[in-house]
Amino acid sequence: MKCGIVVFPGSNCDHDCYHILKHVLQLDTQWIWHKDETLDTFDFIVLPGGFSYGDYLRPGAIARFSPIMKSVIDYANQGGRLLGICNGFQILVESGLLPGVLMDNAGQKFICKNLTLRVDNNQTPFTSQCRPGEVLKIPINHGQGRYYADDETLKRLVDNDQIVFRYCDAEGNTPETANPNGSLDHIAGIANQAKNVMGMMPHPERCADPLWPEVDGQTIFNSLIQSSLTPS
Amino acid sequence: MLAKIHVTLKKGVLDSQGKAVHHALNDLGYSEVKDVHLGKYMEIALSGISEQEAQTRVTEMCEKLLANTVIESYRFTLEPAE
Repeated sequence: MKCGIVVFPGSNCDHDCYHILKHVLQLDTQWIWHKDETLDTFDFIVLPGGFSYGDYLRPGAIARFSPIMKSVIDYANQGGRLLGICNGFQILVESGLLPGVLMDNAGQKFICKNLTLRVDNNQTPFTSQCRPGEVLKIPINHGQGRYYADDETLKRLVDNDQIVFRYCDAEGNTPETANPNGSLDHIAGIANQAKNVMGMMPHPERCADPLWPEVDGQTIFNSLIQSSLTPS
Repeated sequence: MLAKIHVTLKKGVLDSQGKAVHHALNDLGYSEVKDVHLGKYMEIALSGISEQEAQTRVTEMCEKLLANTVIESYRFTLEPAE
């Protein structure tokens, strides 16, 4: 099984992802340089977190036009599994692979903390190893993570079961206090209609090494591995 | 030629920065401030194209990169280079 991690100038969670995939999960893991134009064959690709191109203009706006992105978009449009984490999620919405946009946190503060999210769709390649409604403890680390979309888009997301994760409290409920950044409908992660592309603001790679007591993030990578083993 | 471009959030989209500045102005005693919107201002120097071409090309730049039209609107003027 082979997976790839795209490295943009300013990516800073790329090595964390690499460590989890290569050393913890023992996968054949390769770097994909943003200036490359062609892609090898991969079982899945990760767009990691960070501040690609310094978040200039808007997070993800410039990375989205990196030379490699044309191939990544083609790969996704052909059904390739693509996971965008944090800045990776921002790149996915800028590229149009996912709908909506990620705006400044409602409280105008950069937030770095552990929190809980609820799995609202476990029928995706990214969550197949989760129970329905399972509560995962995964940290967030962002200044621009407030998901926003117009009413029509939100309705489509709900109708097509595209909302994969919602911020919640420890019991899985979604009171306003369990929404860290003011995201629409508590959205923490969404998938495209075909469910082969997912973006999420929380960082599963930061809680996936057993050296750390919390490993909920592994579920997402394990799901990806399982779905890569099962021909679709 | 110089394109002067303003990018602002569309109406109805929560402008959290504008809101924070609004509160700050009110706190400073400017009670007449009723609304604040923050946006971006960009200047782009152009050469070798006509004004008509520039109109089309700058619109394209805004649509493609400079504004995210999901939440932002843009307007611009074209002026002779100083």
